[in-house]
Formats: sequence, structure tokens, C-alpha cells
Amino acid sequence: MRAFRDAGHLFRLAAVFLAGFLVFLVVRSVLVPRSFGRYGHYRADAIAEIAALPVSYAGHQVCEGCHSDVAEMKSKGVHKRVACESCHGPQARHADDPGSVVPAKLDTAVLCARCHQANIAKPKTFPQVEAAEHSGGSACNACHQPHSPAIGAGGNP
Amino acid sequence: MTITRRQLLILLPAAAVAWDYLLAGTPESAPNYQMAEHWWAMLIDITKCIGCGSCVRACQLENHVPDGYYRTWVERYHVEDWEVEYPKVDSPDGGKNGFPGAKETGGKNFFVPKLCNHCADSPCTQVCPVGATFVSPDGVVLVDQKYCLGCRYCVQACPYGCRFINPATETANKCTLCYHRITKGLTTACCENCPTGARQLANLKDPKDPIHEFLRTHSVQVLKPQLATRSKCFYNGLDGSVR
Repeated sequence: MRAFRDAGHLFRLAAVFLAGFLVFLVVRSVLVPRSFGRYGHYRADAIAEIAALPVSYAGHQVCEGCHSDVAEMKSKGVHKRVACESCHGPQARHADDPGSVVPAKLDTAVLCARCHQANIAKPKTFPQVEAAEHSGGSACNACHQPHSPAIGAGGNP
Repeated sequence: MTITRRQLLILLPAAAVAWDYLLAGTPESAPNYQMAEHWWAMLIDITKCIGCGSCVRACQLENHVPDGYYRTWVERYHVEDWEVEYPKVDSPDGGKNGFPGAKETGGKNFFVPKLCNHCADSPCTQVCPVGATFVSPDGVVLVDQKYCLGCRYCVQACPYGCRFINPATETANKCTLCYHRITKGLTTACCENCPTGARQLANLKDPKDPIHEFLRTHSVQVLKPQLATRSKCFYNGLDGSVR
């Protein structure tokens, strides 16, 4: 067994490699999050973190819980599918604390025109007006109740 | 107390395993939401879009998107008679405040809302070098903000231009399909606030979802189908000029 007479240095070298491998395992287990790779090559906990973000728009079901009178009027008019927060803005904070968070008053001149100002690219069946010619400068809600806007419908003159 | 080399070699891996458990923690989860029961998609009906920009405003407020950046936006197309290869497209401020009256008259004019297509074979997730972006098990393309390096590979890879680098965090940002809302039983901010119902969130795994009836009875197209990204944004009434 002459060939293995000085084999001691090989074992020392193997020990160094083994130690390096163990250090690698330790560092890897510290640096790689536990959820990494549960569903794929990414950190699965990121999904739960994104899902836990706060909501700004409460949703029209929440609004209708308290404002049933408006929901009732709206359900009979052409705006029945327009969500409350589409005009009133995000109201999750108001829904959480209705006493102290009060929604701002709205300007119908801006809001109504956003949808109903005539534009060649809008679908032809969608009701559109040239705002300046249509009202002669008076506010939209002087004639139209925004929650049920047809003239002669409930709440309109 | 002295530790021998032999003891150290045993202790180190043991410590690593213990540390691993210490880090794990318990992730927050929505209790009634099952990822396996969902495969999210969106239906966009171009024939209903009026270009009011409600979706863009809602998205910006819901997701705190910085000014000048868009997770969703609306484009206005103007196509002269036969030149469908050269449409005139504008999108002032992403269509956030609606669209001014068009200079052109005649031709074909329509609005196209755009957002992340949440592709099932997404080009953007394939190029991420650190595993920071992925298709979730319920079919939503998400970005792990803690892992993203901000290298911009994914921004270049998206063929629909749906990603940007958030200047505040210097990480990639994009539509999450309002993942924080849809996992709580709400619809997305853009769908909630669309006044004409031009956008509909859909769960393709739910056989009762109205999208199945719609897809059966309408001529529906996705954007850039030649790229085989298996996009899950289905457009009704999509014109051939739309890019």
C-alpha cells in the first residue's frame, strides 16, 4: 500500500471542502426565506403580503348598507350600474368612521362632463352633450338629480 | 466551556435549522380565500368604453401609483379609412381626466383600456434574475417588493408596456389585479368604478362566472396573440389596428 503512505493531506483537504460545504448550507438556510420555492421560484409569503394591503374603495355594497335611500333611487334610474365611489371617490375611511371622515362635496360641472361631454370616440348609443351649449352655463344638478338623472324621474323638477 | 472541532461541526447545522424555524413566522392569510379555486382574468368590452378615465383615477388612488405612471390607462384610437397599420393613438395623462375633443373628424374612433394582461405564459416573469416576480397559483402576475432589485429586465420584457419602475421605491411596479381586494371578495378598483361595465373581473375556474357565456357568444380577442403569452385580458370588439 505504498501509494497511500502519505494520504493524510488528502483527508485534510477533504475536511476543508466539507467545512466549506457546511458553511454554505448554514449561510444558505439563513439567507433563503423559508417560503421560497413553495409554489415556484419565488417567495410564497409575498402573496400574503400583497393580499394584506389596505383597501381604499369600500365597494358599493358597503355604501348601500347605510345609504339605502340613495340606493333605492339609483336602482330605478339609468345610473343604476354606476358605483357610488365612481363619482364620490374612495370612501373606505368614511365607511370605517362615518362620524369624523366626511366626503367632500362634488362639482357636477366636472363630474358629469367626464362621462357625458360629447366625443367622437364614444359609443354612438351613449348619451352625450356639448356641455356649454346644453346647459347655457347652469349647473347640471339644477335640472338633473345625479342619482336618477332622467328629467321627470323621481327627485327631478 | 470549550467547544471541540467535532462539537462545532455538529452544532453549526443544528443552529442553522433552528434559525430557519425562527425566521419562518406565520404569514397573514385571508381565511376564506382558496387560491386553488381561482384563475383570474378580465373581460374588457371596447364597445362600452366611454374614455372617462374613472378606471385610471381609481387605480391610482387605490394603489398609490405615482403621478405620471400608470398601472392601467386608456388609449384613444383614430383610424382613417383603410390604413389600419397606422392608427393615430393618444392618451393624455393616461386618459385620467378624460379626452379633449378630437381634431380629426370621420374615420373610426374608439377607446382601448389597457392594463397588465396577467399572461399565463408571461414574458416578464421569465427574465427576473432573483425570483421577485411570478405568476401566483391563482393566475395573477405579482412583484415581490422586498426581493426586486430594480434591474428593469421585466420592464423591457413586457410586450404590452405594463410595467414601470416606481421612483419612490426603485422597484418594478405593475397592476396586481387589485390582489388585496379580490382576495377579500371585492372586485378590482377599475372594475368597481367603471360606470358602463366595460371592465369585468372574471374567475375562469368558476363555472358559474358570466365570462364563460360571454366568451361562447362573442368574438373575443387578446392583445398580440402572435406572441403566445396566453394573455387573460379578453377584449370584445377589438379592432385590428390596436397594438
